Amino acid sequence: MATIDIDIKSAQQHDSHEHDSHEHEHHEGNFWTNYIFSQDHKVIAKQFLITGMFWALIGGVLSVIFRLQLGFPEANLEWLRPVLGGWITPEGKIDAEFYLALVTMHGTIMVFFVLTAGLSGTFSNFLIPLQIGARDMASGFMNMLSYWFFFLSSVVMLSSLFLSTGPAGGGWTVYPPLSALPQAIQGSGLGMTLWLVSMALFIVSTLLGGINYITTIINMRTQGMSFTKMPLTVWAFFFTAIIGLLSFPVLFGAALLLIFDRSFGTSFFLSDIYIGGEALPNVGGSPILFQHLFWFLGHPEVYIVLLPALGITSEIIATNSRKPIFGYKAMVGSMLFIAILSFVVWAHHMFVTGMNPFLGSIFTLLTLIIAVPSAVKIFNYVTTLWRGNIKFTAAMLFSIGLVSFFLTGGITGIFLGNSAVDIQLHDTYFVVAHFHLVMGSASFFGMMAGVYHWFPKMFGRMMDERLGTIHFWLTFVGVYLVFFPMHYIGIAGFPRRYYSWTSFETFSGFADLNMLVSVAAILTLSAQFLFLFNFIYSIFRGRLAPANPWNSNTLEWTTPRLPQHGNWPGAIPTVYRWPYDYSKPGAKEDFIPQHIPYSETPESNLPHENEQIKLEGVVVKPSSGHH
Amino acid sequence: MENVMKNDIRIVEEPRKPLAMHPKKFAMWLFLASVLMLFAAFTSAYIVRQAEGDWVIFDLPDMFTFTTVAILASSIPVQWAYFAARKNQQNLVVALLGIGTVLGILFLAGQWQGWGQLVDNHIHLVGNPSGSFFYLITGLHGLHIISAVIYLIITLVRAHRGIIHSGNLAPLEMCVTYWHFLGGLWLYLFVFLLLNR
Ligand code: HEM
Ligand SMILES: [Cu+2]
Repeated sequence: MATIDIDIKSAQQHDSHEHDSHEHEHHEGNFWTNYIFSQDHKVIAKQFLITGMFWALIGGVLSVIFRLQLGFPEANLEWLRPVLGGWITPEGKIDAEFYLALVTMHGTIMVFFVLTAGLSGTFSNFLIPLQIGARDMASGFMNMLSYWFFFLSSVVMLSSLFLSTGPAGGGWTVYPPLSALPQAIQGSGLGMTLWLVSMALFIVSTLLGGINYITTIINMRTQGMSFTKMPLTVWAFFFTAIIGLLSFPVLFGAALLLIFDRSFGTSFFLSDIYIGGEALPNVGGSPILFQHLFWFLGHPEVYIVLLPALGITSEIIATNSRKPIFGYKAMVGSMLFIAILSFVVWAHHMFVTGMNPFLGSIFTLLTLIIAVPSAVKIFNYVTTLWRGNIKFTAAMLFSIGLVSFFLTGGITGIFLGNSAVDIQLHDTYFVVAHFHLVMGSASFFGMMAGVYHWFPKMFGRMMDERLGTIHFWLTFVGVYLVFFPMHYIGIAGFPRRYYSWTSFETFSGFADLNMLVSVAAILTLSAQFLFLFNFIYSIFRGRLAPANPWNSNTLEWTTPRLPQHGNWPGAIPTVYRWPYDYSKPGAKEDFIPQHIPYSETPESNLPHENEQIKLEGVVVKPSSGHH
Repeated sequence: MENVMKNDIRIVEEPRKPLAMHPKKFAMWLFLASVLMLFAAFTSAYIVRQAEGDWVIFDLPDMFTFTTVAILASSIPVQWAYFAARKNQQNLVVALLGIGTVLGILFLAGQWQGWGQLVDNHIHLVGNPSGSFFYLITGLHGLHIISAVIYLIITLVRAHRGIIHSGNLAPLEMCVTYWHFLGGLWLYLFVFLLLNR
């Protein structure tokens, strides 16, 4: 029989794995190979996490600096001179061009370095092998390279902050001609060059990571881990990696064309430009072309940022509601649908570029269709929570926070997706409010939820739950205080990326609101130090974690408290059931991990599951009880 | 050991493994997908830009007909090398990969010549985007060919050292896949540039 054949093959595979793990035990490695140039997916995950947190702090501080300018335009910021030096004007204000550089760096850092590398890099690396039952990634070496390319890219971006002409200033979308002409603003000089170099390195890192994630998920699953038994986290990382693999090369292409325009005199994006009355030699280029290329990545990018967060929270919400996830297949299907649609909506960022209104209507339609799978997801989150036996852990609170932001931010997406409405709202603070809620805050909360939930597996200790709860409430309220008022400011027409509005009479009525936003931003950022303290303190002093602190079903909790290289000391567990058997009627406990065969749980099996037992064969592994 | 075997003979729902695919080979395919996306981006940008008018039309260099033949022909010895490796004909593998490498270098030299012809024709990198796109696309493809030639040479050396044989075909297979892919990619680019002038 064919099946038996396959089994023998995998039995051999198991053997070779065991052989591997013996090998690993023999050479312990030194500090450098264990912690710095490690090829272990768990160490690499932590490297991504720590680097991501570092960037989040920088990105957050930058936003507070420009919020000072927006909230307190009259204030004297002389006290920032020790940090910002010449970027504080003699009158004690932030230099106007530097303001743009701050906004640009903030956006770039948050979107790419924190929520792409920091989020995907951390959790795809950490969870994929642990949850599918693999000893490590398909290629540990490529995985290590992925981190070090990210690190290099970080170094380059960070160093651009210290240039005398400042970092890139053309917005995180780096639209030409502003970004292409060093004469345009200071930030389009060396700062922009470094931005491009850094992003090229970043893309290489993302591709190396993504190729590894997909390969691992498809080829390295343990016995029994069929696609339909995969946790939603793994599904989410899978789709994310595919989206990245298809869209990041396009950004690379756009960046390459821009590099040629900047450094080699071509005119891909430049035409008919006069500087000081003198025409530039460039003719025949099209700046709109850049927008097409950029947003072909740019829109999928928002799902690259969001999907991992959605996967993480699906897992956490099911675990802490002590209920099976509602509509597993619908969750997978809607993620797939979102992933596909994300490639055909990019022009909703370009409604005001003079596009054919008919084309605009098509993109409006396609955009609004995304609301359907998104609504399915929200519905499924709520129905999973509904009448659950909810455990309000910090991770759970942050997950519920994500659902809230996904909803409030998603609704304004429906407004913005309409080409007619967008003409009014485009490039106002309404957009800033929208994407901060649906992408920024939702993904940020997903990341926080993930850290609180998997911290015990990462560091073998528990984080303080009470501090976590306080952190949640401060951040949750803070985020709404920061971003909700921006809707009003935006509807009133206040444009984004404006250094100052005080010269417009119309906007002076919003001075108070802007001040409130800035104060809230400062408080929200401060609240993150609670988390930072909790994180660092718990690494060293936290309560020792049990192997499965949340009574969760997925495979990572079958590893020892601190999984070593190779993850499982013995054989890799076999998977018999899906990951969401929580509160199954008749079961002895309210959770049945994935590696428990149906033959051990006759009391709770459904009829078709009893059928499965025959297929499980006679094996009852004595060691695999879940008590 | 025996125990393990007995225990493992059971019919559970297995992770289906078309999937028994070699992870590195699989990763290579994914890499090719991303290269394909890069060129898809350029050719789409080309079409979008072309549709806006103000587009200088020029003839492709004659040389490109020859290089196209060279790169397509080169796939034959490279594929043959794979068959030879399956039969452990080590010297033949080395020789065939050598021929592939030479054809690859000929292709590169021909592309360079072709660029020269275009420059004589007053089509430069800097100027109308039609020329810029042309140099960029062919240049980037050429860079990939350079990487593939280096890859061929490395594989050739490994074959020479006897590392590649019927029991260890994967490294050769990956190299062969990459080479065929770049040949096919060139065919696409060539036809694309020919039709969209
Ligand atoms: C402390 C929390 C944050 C505050 C107070 C904040 C505030 C702001 C403000 C006011 C702007 C608009 C500036 C302008 O257009 O003039 C902005 C831009 C932006 N923010 Fe945030 N933000 C925060 C966190 C985040 C996070 C977590 C993300 C991740 C997605 C993010 C992504 C962006 C992006 C992409 C832009 C656009 C940058 C550009 O225009 O090029 N922000 N932020
Ligand atoms: Cu979009």
